[in-house]
Amino acid sequence: MTAATTGMPTEGTATELPRLLPVSGQHQEDLRAHVARHGRLPYRDAPGRLITDARQAGLTGRGGAAFPVHRKLTAVLDAASERRRSPVVIANGAESEPASDKDATLLWLAPHLVLDGLQLAAEATGADQAILYTHAQRREDVGKRLRQAMAERAAVGIDRVPVELAESPARFLSGQETALINHLGGGPAIPTFMPPRVTERGLGSAPTLVQNVETLAHLALVARHGPHWFRQVGTKTEPGSMLCTIRRADGSPRIAEVPMGIPLRDVLGPVSRDGAVLIGGYHGTWAAAEEAARLTLDNQSLSAVGARVGAGVLITLPADRCGLAETARTVRYLALESAGQCGPCLNGLPRIAAALAELAGPRPRRQARADVERWSGLVTGRGACHHPDGTARFVGSALITFATELDRHARGRCAATNSQPFLPIPRGSARTEEDWL
Amino acid sequence: MTEKLTVNPIECEGHGACAELLPELITLDEWGYPIIDDHPVPPFLERDARAAVSACPTLALRLLRS
Amino acid sequence: MLENVSGINSSTALWYASRATGVVALLLMTAVVLLGIMVTRQGRLPGLPRFAVTGLHRNLSLVAVVFIGLHVLTAVTDSYVNIPLTAVVVPLASPYEPIWVGLGAVSLDITVAVVVTSLLRRHLSRRVWRAVHLLAYLSWPVAWLHSITASHDLLHGWMFVIGVGCALLVVVAVGWRLAAAARDVPRAQRVSLLMSAVHDRTSQRHKSAPVAGPPERTSRR
Repeated sequence: MTAATTGMPTEGTATELPRLLPVSGQHQEDLRAHVARHGRLPYRDAPGRLITDARQAGLTGRGGAAFPVHRKLTAVLDAASERRRSPVVIANGAESEPASDKDATLLWLAPHLVLDGLQLAAEATGADQAILYTHAQRREDVGKRLRQAMAERAAVGIDRVPVELAESPARFLSGQETALINHLGGGPAIPTFMPPRVTERGLGSAPTLVQNVETLAHLALVARHGPHWFRQVGTKTEPGSMLCTIRRADGSPRIAEVPMGIPLRDVLGPVSRDGAVLIGGYHGTWAAAEEAARLTLDNQSLSAVGARVGAGVLITLPADRCGLAETARTVRYLALESAGQCGPCLNGLPRIAAALAELAGPRPRRQARADVERWSGLVTGRGACHHPDGTARFVGSALITFATELDRHARGRCAATNSQPFLPIPRGSARTEEDWL
Repeated sequence: MTEKLTVNPIECEGHGACAELLPELITLDEWGYPIIDDHPVPPFLERDARAAVSACPTLALRLLRS
Repeated sequence: MLENVSGINSSTALWYASRATGVVALLLMTAVVLLGIMVTRQGRLPGLPRFAVTGLHRNLSLVAVVFIGLHVLTAVTDSYVNIPLTAVVVPLASPYEPIWVGLGAVSLDITVAVVVTSLLRRHLSRRVWRAVHLLAYLSWPVAWLHSITASHDLLHGWMFVIGVGCALLVVVAVGWRLAAAARDVPRAQRVSLLMSAVHDRTSQRHKSAPVAGPPERTSRR
């Protein structure tokens, strides 16, 4: 385990957190410990009852899109009854964002919460098939750990719907909803563009529910303690807690469970004035450290800098690094991770990456910045998925946040003193069709 | 009832026939791929819009009713 | 009787009409196949807009169907040879030259399937439409074989030139199309290929004078 974990209690709710993570850091909860802490899996014995609780709790997805859970559940349930087909529920633990570690950590420490949530989601939608989709390479033995947990449950006969464990390839797009379903159906992990939505027609043409593993864990607790309990932390419009991956300027990544709306400075700690913060991962937004220190971890507050909570990735860039160089490195990775299916993305992202590489170096062409802005505009909204959009947003925020750096580079200077790469970028890119399978 | 043009970006190969038949609503970017006007198709362009949809060799361009 | 005196009667006229419309149909089908190949490779006809290639391909195919229809009708109506109506679509159902006429029936069947699925394209899955449309590559050679065997017109003089010319054009076009497809970049390699290309150009800029030129466009090709 590389990430240290803590719960971060806030004033007045000292007993509330952590909810998902074990109270004492690194201890894996086996089935007995899980039941001792949370109680038994509270089946409702009828599809649909849980959906009301999810709605009243205001539970939204924790995979990045923050889509209301009750609406997804309802869509799948409705499609199932209209088409008379049993749905499929999928726990999305692909965590294809390289800077994020919270799903892997959750699956390692508290798999039973996720598996409980998966059963409850299956019951709420009337599903007869459940899949747990993970990126097994991410953490050693997470597959083994999950199989252990599943065996424990099988021995006692907790699960009503059989769960299948499936592995995702190490691609940035593999966690995308349609790419995930495409892969589970035997194809490459690349997005598809076919109406209707997956809730209507997904895996094997069945109505499909895809929910992030953390979301399912929250669902498992809402089912036990009720919506009012869920709302006891967080903000009115964005209730509950969430898992964050925090990378500070000094140490290794930490996973923390925090209430929604917590001030960023409480999560990130003291940040150097000249530093920058990346909010939301590689499809997220750069912000100046000073600005970030004034924000709270909720979409309403973050919208002031054009950011979203996303999957809770918060990275502090040390002041001695060059933000443009880091951005260029990242965009090169993002470009190489394009599925290459859609003309604008295929043509735009590599060119943006090349131009950014120029801007990250000394005395770039004067045209380079204008090119980046033009191409960013051209790729946004014109692909089958949001990969080009997210990349363009990330790039645009870099050009704003590192504006003074851009000026310096134009004059052949750079304020950075450390050229060691900081942001975690996986090595190796996809070269053949096999790399997507 | 309004109609909007959408393109399936995976099927689109950039043949460009659509932009020739409906230049008021479709232009080609610097790589030859269509940039589609997001607004509903005005009635006087409906026929041209249907021609553009029909002319697409990959059937990537569609008219959606809403 | 009038037939023996003048040598021209309604039957002969129909037979000639059948042969003539047959040749025209073959020429049209050849043009349609060539245009179809051009559409897949985004070829342009000089001086014409892009949609002209697709438009001509479709319109000429409909004209070809008309001529095939006339060709078939005149052949069936003509009393000089006995070709029942069923033989138009059922191979080997004709007492007259069952094999050669049968080839025509096969080609007609495929052509009808291709045209009908194309007209109903919006209601079919992409896979189904494409699978049927690819059968056109079978329909053409069968039609050509039918042409050179069902009547001996194409074996002499100008007709021979036409027959051979059409075959050559189609063979060359198909060969070119296959070679081009072999050069196509597989999806999984497209983006890394373009990355290398644009990064090379960028690093060249730093080293030497700016390299002018239109921006490369990467597609499936």
